[in-house]
Amino acid sequence: MQDFTLNPSDRSASGTDPEDMIACPTCDALYRLPDVAKGSRARCRRCHTTLTAPRDGAMTQIVMLAGTSFILMLAGVFFPFLELTAAGRTQRSSILDVALAYSDGPFVGLAIAVGALIVIVPLLRLLALIYVLAPMAFGWRPARDAIAVFRFSERIKPWSMAEIFIVSVAISLIKVAGLAHLSLGPAFWAFVVLVFVTALKDTFMCRLTIWKTLEQRSH
Amino acid sequence: MENAGTAQPLITARDRGLVGCPNCGRVHSAPVPAVCVRCSEPLRDIAHDRSLQRVWAWLAAGLIAYIPANIYPMLRTESLGRSSESTILEGVVELIQHESYFVALVVFTASIAIPISKFFAIIYLALSVQRKVRQGVHNRYRLYEVVEFIGRWSMVDVFVVAILAALVQLDFAATVNPGIAAISFALSVAFTMLSAQSFNPKLIWESGELSQP
Repeated sequence: MQDFTLNPSDRSASGTDPEDMIACPTCDALYRLPDVAKGSRARCRRCHTTLTAPRDGAMTQIVMLAGTSFILMLAGVFFPFLELTAAGRTQRSSILDVALAYSDGPFVGLAIAVGALIVIVPLLRLLALIYVLAPMAFGWRPARDAIAVFRFSERIKPWSMAEIFIVSVAISLIKVAGLAHLSLGPAFWAFVVLVFVTALKDTFMCRLTIWKTLEQRSH
Repeated sequence: MENAGTAQPLITARDRGLVGCPNCGRVHSAPVPAVCVRCSEPLRDIAHDRSLQRVWAWLAAGLIAYIPANIYPMLRTESLGRSSESTILEGVVELIQHESYFVALVVFTASIAIPISKFFAIIYLALSVQRKVRQGVHNRYRLYEVVEFIGRWSMVDVFVVAILAALVQLDFAATVNPGIAAISFALSVAFTMLSAQSFNPKLIWESGELSQP
């Protein structure tokens, strides 16, 4: 991958159509948007924010990776992620069990929040991305309210905490190590793969390309 | 950095009387619509930016929630008829006593070091923007990026408590229950995340702009 920074639009080009320019979303630096070659990445010269990083077939790849993540997430929810053995008894815990552990009392809110951050928000994001990008991967018109849905998926991104959950499971494992014998279940590994697939998906995703495609195809 | 070598001086959209979308970068010329024509993000001129009010409000909420998070127990453990409660700090001390130094370090970093330094970082960034400090724009922007990136990781302790409580159930000799601090700590982390998200990074760059002749 080739990285380069953009040159600022020169002052003489005051007649340039706003559609051919981009203002860096984080620092407002103005650039005339060149045709960035596929596979390269254009960054803002001042704050190094990635402005655009188009790739061939990225939409299809993202949709497929999101589909993969979806299946991994289902496995992660229903299979046990930790198996605990003490006094000859074994207890397997799935994420569903974690959520149901506080089905009453003052900790219902906590359980809902934890479940949302680990499972619901990542799932919503995946579904939103598939909804927005699948029609574009096929070259169709955008789905209804695709703009609102994509905005929503970007908004909830920081609240998607599957990778933090993995670290938490590892810490729990060590904390209880003295109390009982613990081993990692299949769901834990599903989550590990999920985090890698999600990271891969996010590097493929060029937000500017998606917004421009949505804009062009909406008309 | 922006003045290095033969590079052309940077121009911001604002210098040109244009408004750039803070979400997708679409440039709008006057008359500027209320929302971005491409992504529907609300467009506001930075001179009328009120985001700092939200930053301070969420930060205050986060600070208030952080107090009970440290005073009340995070975890209640009952083992062989004995019950013990531990706050965040006591949890770290216990881990050190059990010689799990690495985990102690992780929990200390996630639950104590990161939240407290995040409070100070946001206060510093907001004050520096309000007082129109011109120096260290790049470093301040980097600090903002770190705060945005790292804040979520404080949730580790909340998840650990939830996992332990679910795992160590009644069938066993020991039971583990979350304490009230788990809720207030989770709220504190969420409020501080909202505070950092409310911060408009363009304000940092804007204050630096003034230093250029």
